[in-house]
Amino acid sequence: MIEAMGLSKHFGSVEAARDVTFTARDGEITGLLGANGAGKSTCLRMLYGVLTPDSGKACIDGFDILGETSKARAHLGVMPHAAGLYNNLTARENIQYFGTLHGMPRKLLKSRIAQLAETLGMQEFIERRVKGFSQGQRIKVALARALVHDPGNVVLDEPTNGLDVMAIRNLREMLKALKAQGRCVLFSSHVMQEVAALCDRTVIIGRGRVLADGTLQDIRARAGRESLEEAFLQVLGHTEGVA
Amino acid sequence: MHTLLTVFAKEFLDNLRDRRTLISALLFGPLFGPLLFGLMISLMLKQSVVESDEPLELAIAGSGNAPGLTRFLEAQSIKLTKVALSENEAREAVRRGTIQVVLLVPKDYAALFASAAPAPVFLIADSSDSQTRKHADRARRVLAAYGSTIAQLRLQVRGVNPLIALPVAVNEVDVATPAGRAVVVLGFMTYFVLFALLMGGLYLAIDSTAGERERGSLEALLSLPVPRASLVGGKILATCAYMSISLGLSLSAFVCVFRFVPLDRIGMSANLGLGTALKFFAICLPFIPLGAVLMTLVASFTRTYREAQTYLTSVLLVPTLPIAFASIYSLKTQSSLMFIPSLSQHLLMTSILKDEAVPFVDVLVSAAASLAVAALLFRLTARHWRRETMLG
Repeated sequence: MIEAMGLSKHFGSVEAARDVTFTARDGEITGLLGANGAGKSTCLRMLYGVLTPDSGKACIDGFDILGETSKARAHLGVMPHAAGLYNNLTARENIQYFGTLHGMPRKLLKSRIAQLAETLGMQEFIERRVKGFSQGQRIKVALARALVHDPGNVVLDEPTNGLDVMAIRNLREMLKALKAQGRCVLFSSHVMQEVAALCDRTVIIGRGRVLADGTLQDIRARAGRESLEEAFLQVLGHTEGVA
Repeated sequence: MHTLLTVFAKEFLDNLRDRRTLISALLFGPLFGPLLFGLMISLMLKQSVVESDEPLELAIAGSGNAPGLTRFLEAQSIKLTKVALSENEAREAVRRGTIQVVLLVPKDYAALFASAAPAPVFLIADSSDSQTRKHADRARRVLAAYGSTIAQLRLQVRGVNPLIALPVAVNEVDVATPAGRAVVVLGFMTYFVLFALLMGGLYLAIDSTAGERERGSLEALLSLPVPRASLVGGKILATCAYMSISLGLSLSAFVCVFRFVPLDRIGMSANLGLGTALKFFAICLPFIPLGAVLMTLVASFTRTYREAQTYLTSVLLVPTLPIAFASIYSLKTQSSLMFIPSLSQHLLMTSILKDEAVPFVDVLVSAAASLAVAALLFRLTARHWRRETMLG
């Protein structure tokens, strides 16, 4: 479970997040929806502890990400916005590097990578160098890298950005599988259809604030609109370019 | 410690597979200096050997006016070319470079010489041409020798002891050892050594910081439950390893080059055997962490590979500054200068080349000073890595 409790952050005079509060539950996919520059990445970065909030706190399975960083991060897998890989290393070495840094013993790491290779369908290219991988293959390696320590919670920042149709389909299946395993999945997107197709629960963010939080039906009912698109526009209050 | 070694191993392997890093760290950096150096010294040797062996060529105009002088010059094994040029023609020929040096004997030479008045000759040369200047200098020395011979003969004829015209006898004593003389030539070799040392880590310092950011792997790395200081420490350690290899290669290449360059032929001896190379390695070793941390720190502030490359090229010049000052003020090795990194390494290496005794204390102070600066810079680097702005 991932809890954001009153997170606020500003950079200079720009207010990137104000009093952001929501909960992403286990066994559910939670979508963070908002336009570019709405503050999604800032919120996620505070959740996985690379940004320190001005006020508020973030907990992963009850562990404060700032006070008990190591414990909290042990329960959390992160796939940041630009999930770059090391081109000169093989897929296995990429995943291994992160697993070793998580402090996993060699034997456990080996069996875990074998398991991930199977569930994500990476056996074919696991021993190949990453240079020249397709987007679909890269996203699998990046996801495996985030999951290597078997975390109960996964945060993904704009995971579908720049992916082709096949890769997006693949990713969707992988996220559903994670949910089926009972994990808590939180991802951000500026694509409404993406969120609609995948999420059990949606948090809409605009200008650094939480504008709506609930299931899609809730949001639609509260806005009093039939179409999802109109409901979003209603929530945002103006035409803030949501695709 | 676990994190440090994991990051070290990964960066070492990653860059070992990178052709760009390998070429610059293990080929271009360490071999460029020694090769250039060998080539330059060979050319210099060739030139100086040619100079002392080659007979001086001198064009003489109006040699009929001074048969005595002509005979004297020929006796000094000077290759005389007799030309018939007026003064203006001679000037023009030298200016255009068709003739390097012209000795012009005017018509009134014989009459003035016979009456023991100063007899004029003109030595026409272009002093802005270093090659010509050397020939003119030699011609001037030979003419001066002729003059003093004639003067002594004239005194003798008049019954005066010629020694009376030599009130002071100057005896020059040159204390430069053959190795010391070579230092003038080898002076900038130390720069090549320090250059190779820095080049070895340049690309790794960039790749592990700006490169990591550019390819988008930095944020994932920073979100791991590991101390940032160990993270950047491991990267710096890998940079140090490459720098050490580059330094070792560079010194080995120098040892090889000096085996083939016949320095003793110009009265120099190069003290660069295996033993000296090992001493150099030990002296430069403390400078490696300093260079590695400095490059990593600078590269950490940049966003892209290209930007980092631009800034780090200026960092490569940093060690040259003290060395340049040292040669302008011709600084000698002294304990107070051992506190300045890069300069202290330069001076210690030069001392060893000169065969001078190097106090062990100086070596220690040099190492301690370099390591202290490295530690200070590391604290700054680790602090920067803990900042949020690291995300870029």
